[in-house]
Amino acid sequence: MNDVLVGIILATLGAGTPLVFAALGELITEKSGVLNLGVEGMMLVGAVCGFAVAADTGSLWLGVVTAMTAGAFMALLFGVLTLTFQANQVAAGLALTIFGVGLSAYIGLEYTSVALTGLQAVHIPLLSSMPLIGPTIFSLDPLMYLSFVLLAAISYFLYRSKAGLLLRAIGESPRSAHSIGYPVIRIRYLAVLFGGGMAGLGGAYLALVYTPLWVEGMTAGRGWISLALVVFATWRPARVILGAYLFGGVTILQLHVQGLGIDLPAQLLSSLPYIATIVVLVLISRDINTIRLNSPASIGKTFHPGA
Amino acid sequence: MMTTNRMFLIAFTVSLLAACGQKDAAEPDASDAGDASRLKVGFVYVTPISDAGWTHQHDLGRLQMEDSLGDQVETKYIENVPEGAEAERVIRQFAADGFDLVFTTSFGYMNPTIKVAEMFPDTTFEHATGYKSAANVGTYVARFYEGRYLSGIVAGKMTKSNVAGYVAAFPIPEVLRGINAFTLGMRSVNPDAEVKVIWTNSWFDPGREREAADVLITQGADIVTHHTDSTAAVQAAEEKGVYAIGYHSDMSRYGETAHLTAVTHHWGDFYTRRAQEVLDGSWSSQNVWGGIKEGMIRLAPLNDAVPADVAALVAEKEAAIRSGDLHPFSGPISNQDGEELVAPGTTMSDEDLQKMEWYVEGVQGKLPR
Repeated sequence: MNDVLVGIILATLGAGTPLVFAALGELITEKSGVLNLGVEGMMLVGAVCGFAVAADTGSLWLGVVTAMTAGAFMALLFGVLTLTFQANQVAAGLALTIFGVGLSAYIGLEYTSVALTGLQAVHIPLLSSMPLIGPTIFSLDPLMYLSFVLLAAISYFLYRSKAGLLLRAIGESPRSAHSIGYPVIRIRYLAVLFGGGMAGLGGAYLALVYTPLWVEGMTAGRGWISLALVVFATWRPARVILGAYLFGGVTILQLHVQGLGIDLPAQLLSSLPYIATIVVLVLISRDINTIRLNSPASIGKTFHPGA
Repeated sequence: MMTTNRMFLIAFTVSLLAACGQKDAAEPDASDAGDASRLKVGFVYVTPISDAGWTHQHDLGRLQMEDSLGDQVETKYIENVPEGAEAERVIRQFAADGFDLVFTTSFGYMNPTIKVAEMFPDTTFEHATGYKSAANVGTYVARFYEGRYLSGIVAGKMTKSNVAGYVAAFPIPEVLRGINAFTLGMRSVNPDAEVKVIWTNSWFDPGREREAADVLITQGADIVTHHTDSTAAVQAAEEKGVYAIGYHSDMSRYGETAHLTAVTHHWGDFYTRRAQEVLDGSWSSQNVWGGIKEGMIRLAPLNDAVPADVAALVAEKEAAIRSGDLHPFSGPISNQDGEELVAPGTTMSDEDLQKMEWYVEGVQGKLPR
């Protein structure tokens, strides 16, 4: 029983981690007032570039760094369109996803046959031999530990640092921030680039740790789930990670239920994570105060500094 | 209200895109008219060709046909074509561009193929895995279950936990035949063996397939096999140190120690023969169901970990299937409730096989309805 429980917890963490990365990145982007719907495309391009470099050089870490760079590069395209040229953010974001799907398929042509050994779990001495919490907390893969560190860093940044306050201020009222002399566009660029890098990292987790392989369209909608998670979490980092594990957990549990032979329709079970996401979205949307309190007021609106 | 609009947008896109996320297929290119005397053969593929899997094997078949018929044919394929309205458009485009023979290689292309065939009576169509035909539409499928039975024998001999895990896409007769044949093969050499099944409800979602394989391994399976399109299950087994049996293609390079064998598909001979018949004018609509005997189904080379006596047993059973002495679905066969559905000495008819919708004894869990 213990083994099964450990298996469930580990699988839940694994299924949730790519969502944690992508959603935390998008959260920062949105806190600055920019809505980037291109997460799916950035994840795919990150995944394929990371995989390609890891396969060619044999260095998984170089792959991870490349994935982040590639994700950030995609985000830069989005930034140039929406921040410099003031294009509509929704349209540009959707275009970025479509572009990313095609571009990643093209880059990945030669890599669909390649098999990699993924990043291995790090077993922390002594602690990892404890029952239950040993294998589930102290012997995870390095990127999972990184996701915990990033969560702490982002929470601190947003709510405890001056820079975070500035970022939130720009998301609330770019005009006010601009009028007291802050470079709104430059800061939004940084937030967009960070979001892209994190989406690339999420893609790298899928391609280098989770499966580990590259196939066309392998994110299978996880970028969209990440976007939903940000709203689900009402733009609070800690709730993002909870939402990601909840989503991962429901996905894994339905598989366990099937494996144990419990008589529930599999089609219904497979749709549970999506149903859960939509239900929570609806519940949250009903309470306008939660939204108003945490949602960046300027989200999705272009800002013309000169006007 | 920007936020409210956005909620709807996201809820909508999540529900819509989470499941599919496919890119648009390209149009068949009408510009290269080619030599009029050549037979123009079109192929419609449901996924990218990639390097292993269902579509990959069909494309190997296409290349083999090109090799054997040389200048007499020219071929074109469109990959990643979603089943449904998009498929109809692609198939019609092939016909309108003057293609003489069109292979549509996925179950969901059945109705579009029939519909387009009515509009283009002079074009010949071959649809894989379906059950509707017409004067200019033939159907073809392979007896995958023969290979599944043989791979089940390997699994039954190699398992220590007596539990095998099966990652399956959709509960349709074709997949159920595979699960049942695998289970029958496994229990023919190991009566205590059981098979656990997890449905992913998707032909192609490497992440989900990986999760399903991990769950099966956690629940005690020491051999996993799959009826889905990616190699994720084999890779999961390699990493967790258990055995795997591949499907569609030889997947040994994805799991050098884990991969015991694979049930592989071979369409090249069939494609060559049918194209030749269209060239000769001797083609007629048929319902082709080929297996080990016809060379449509083979087992990939066995892993070195498989002992010689097991390899010999598999070879013996393979020969028996080829000669017709052994049929995986010969009685006695009971369903999960112990009801005897196939009496000793009788064999299920092809018609019954095509309608199969129950689990044999030894498969755990209830079949989803």
